Amino acid sequence: MSAVVENHNHHDDHHHGPKKGIMRWLTTTNHKDIGTLYLWFSFAAFLLGGAFAMGIRAELFEPGLQLMDPIRYNQLVTMHGLIMIFGGVMPAFVGLANWLIPLQIGAPDMAMPRMNNLSFWLLPTAFAILLSTAFMEGGMPGFGWTFYAPLSTNYPNVAYFVFAIHIMGASSIMGSINVIVTIMNMRAPGMTLMKMPLFVWSWLITAYLLIAVMPVLAGAVTMLLMDAYFGTSFFDAAGGGDPVLFQHVFWFFGHPEVYIMILPAFGITSHIISTFSRKPLFGHSSMVYAMVSIAVLSFVVWAHHMFTVGMPLVAELFFMWATMLIAIPTGVKVFNWCATIFKGSITYETPMLFSIAFVVLFTIGGFSGLMLAITPADFQYHDTYFVVAHFHYVLVPGAVFSIMAAVYYWLPKWTGNMYDEKMGRLHFWLSFAGVNITFFPQHFVGLAGMPRRYADYALQFAEWNAVSSVGAFLFGLSQLLFLYIVVKTVFAGKKATPQVWDGADGLEWTVDSPAPYHTFDVPPKVK
Amino acid sequence: MAYMKNKLWALILYPISLFMSADWLDVNMPVGVTDISKEVFGLHMAIFFVVVAIGVIVFGVLFWSMWKYRRSNNKKPATFTENHTVEILWTIIPTLILIAMAVPASITLKKIYDHEAEEGGIDIQVVGWQWKWQYKYLDEQVGNKPLSFFSNLTTPPDQYEFNRVEKTENYLLEVDEPVVIPVDTPVRFLITSNDVIHSWYMSDFAVKQDAIPGFINVAKTKVNVPGIYRGNCTELCGERHAYMPIVVKAVTQEEYQEWLQQKRDLAEQIAYLTEKEWTSEELLATGEEIYETRCAACHQTNGAGIAGFYPALAGSDVVMNDKAKQIEILMEGIRGSQMQSFAEQLNEVEMASVITFTRLAWGNERSGDGEIVIPKDIVEYKETNL
Repeated sequence: MSAVVENHNHHDDHHHGPKKGIMRWLTTTNHKDIGTLYLWFSFAAFLLGGAFAMGIRAELFEPGLQLMDPIRYNQLVTMHGLIMIFGGVMPAFVGLANWLIPLQIGAPDMAMPRMNNLSFWLLPTAFAILLSTAFMEGGMPGFGWTFYAPLSTNYPNVAYFVFAIHIMGASSIMGSINVIVTIMNMRAPGMTLMKMPLFVWSWLITAYLLIAVMPVLAGAVTMLLMDAYFGTSFFDAAGGGDPVLFQHVFWFFGHPEVYIMILPAFGITSHIISTFSRKPLFGHSSMVYAMVSIAVLSFVVWAHHMFTVGMPLVAELFFMWATMLIAIPTGVKVFNWCATIFKGSITYETPMLFSIAFVVLFTIGGFSGLMLAITPADFQYHDTYFVVAHFHYVLVPGAVFSIMAAVYYWLPKWTGNMYDEKMGRLHFWLSFAGVNITFFPQHFVGLAGMPRRYADYALQFAEWNAVSSVGAFLFGLSQLLFLYIVVKTVFAGKKATPQVWDGADGLEWTVDSPAPYHTFDVPPKVK
Repeated sequence: MAYMKNKLWALILYPISLFMSADWLDVNMPVGVTDISKEVFGLHMAIFFVVVAIGVIVFGVLFWSMWKYRRSNNKKPATFTENHTVEILWTIIPTLILIAMAVPASITLKKIYDHEAEEGGIDIQVVGWQWKWQYKYLDEQVGNKPLSFFSNLTTPPDQYEFNRVEKTENYLLEVDEPVVIPVDTPVRFLITSNDVIHSWYMSDFAVKQDAIPGFINVAKTKVNVPGIYRGNCTELCGERHAYMPIVVKAVTQEEYQEWLQQKRDLAEQIAYLTEKEWTSEELLATGEEIYETRCAACHQTNGAGIAGFYPALAGSDVVMNDKAKQIEILMEGIRGSQMQSFAEQLNEVEMASVITFTRLAWGNERSGDGEIVIPKDIVEYKETNL
């Protein structure tokens, strides 16, 4: 024991905290700095992707082309998707992982700090490459974030897109390896796997999913590149290739990817609901099993994105049944959250508001997901705004709300200051109204037959599209309030105690607020 | 008093009537006009009510707990963390509900596939092109080829691009030639694509099938009610994805036969017209119109194209000086680009007119050789090359 203490002192003598200026951020290997970088990067992407969404909704405010030609419109749709998925949601979760996993398992840092730095800095590089196409002849990619061949193979500047995806994939894989190695090797003594906090569990599972599917995405884009520039015919029917093969490969990545964007949200929600109910989480181990089941099932449901490509009956039946199975573990999670609230002693601070909205609105997205699983009905729903409504319900009030909840919940720990509760609640209610006004009417126009990715539409859809656009601008502008609240909290605010929330439980609440630059140099003991 | 009562009712009913007025009512899936579409609608409503019921129960319990166990009402939280009975129950009950949903869904799906496999009826090949649909009636010969035509959007750019005139009722849902089918007869659509992936979506028939190059997908339908039905392309296929609607005209068997006869007569008329001597004025008159509907979407009304996507025709060397090459491009398309073959899309007269138009317009006549193309040139090309 004395050796450890000696080491600790030695460490203090030679390390004087972070470097000064820009070099601190370029060369940092500190998990908290890297977490902060990821989170700010994600927020910037969220605003840029959001600005693209505002462009889309402004064009769709009424029928006819008012603001842009359809080429530009398709570019906005594509870049909105790519930026929100690969620049917004995923990096936000990686940022949270960097900040929280070491704090929650009592580790001094991530296992591979230099690789951690590289994982982050690859991201701005990849996005610089992707966005550079905006200044080239032919412009940004306009084939949808799903880049179906053969539309994408003949598109201008596709090589930049492919290269950017490769780099993002490398960044994700390195990040995942780091997460897995950290969790497997650096847990505080006494913290068995089943005692691990659920956010850590959710990330362990997510990291395995990422390692499994990112190479598949890399394969898809590589084949695309070969088709586009090196004369192969993987996806070109005229050369003996198969355009449907592309979709199978893409969705084998794409469906687990969907869960990569929601599993960490499950972890976050479990922590927050338990804290503000002042009651331990109901069914901790069943939550873990449910997440593992969802992750395993995610590998056998991919073709439910392809019910209309002309598959044989047995395949359609298999993918319908497999998809419906996912409702069971997902249901268990929702019931567990309800049971945690049941007989609690509940207060409704901003993180709790976002988390409850998450449970309700994510479940609504789950309901439409269940409807979409029913193959004969999917022949009607497929590629209409019903699908757009569905995945935005699981991604915006789902993943994005959970990220906002997490920011409010852990912000006092990160900055040492409490955020302004009144402003936080205002931000919540504006976002809540905005999200529902935007996406709920999209169920209606979708059922009535409005296809997605349309720059222009028939007159019967005009009213609900106008409503949706108004909601989108409300939601978009509300996020400037979020920016203001966060920036204000970074610089000022009521001082936070180490515990922050009286009902909070976990190792991160045992260190000071703000968390010191180096924590857990001596591993804590977990009972 | 009664007057007051009426006024009150009017006040209440007015917003409701406004809400129920035609435009606002489009909030659900159409029931459709085929047996399958009705069954799919029933399935959709059944699942919808199941999830609404689950939602009411789950959210009911959640909201009640949130209210009942708020801190001001319940200072001391419970500490339980599991209860095996409820956990088993809320795993088994959803499983049973899912089975109850999966069984009718599987039966309907089987029915759709069985229906497709049945013999009989008429076969129509549907080909997706950027950005129009081609329909080939495989059983109906016109001359020595199957009856075939293209279905192009007719909504003018003045309505959608420039917003200069008011949008009409069937905005973006109208075409020059709808696909005509007889009612009460099975129709098999054999769906494929000439370029990228499209998807043939007709909500009233509950049919949506992807049009994939190199594949032929089958969708079968039997329409019960005569009428005009409108649908869309539902797979992102590039710039004008929103501008390739589908219009199906379902008519009685007699009207269908009449329509087929008209198509045969028209083919004869065109064969006659190609023999005639044409002047550049006659060709220009039709050429400009064809250019507007078939070419201007990419090459633009002023012939300038879009940099990086579509080359300019104004000032192009081929268009100004190489008549033979231009005919070849129009007839064969350019592989690996979005320039498609128009050999099947335009007849000889239309083809000659539009080529002549591009060779004379935008100053090309002055800067180039100014030669025109007549329908006989096209006939000649077909005889030597096709």
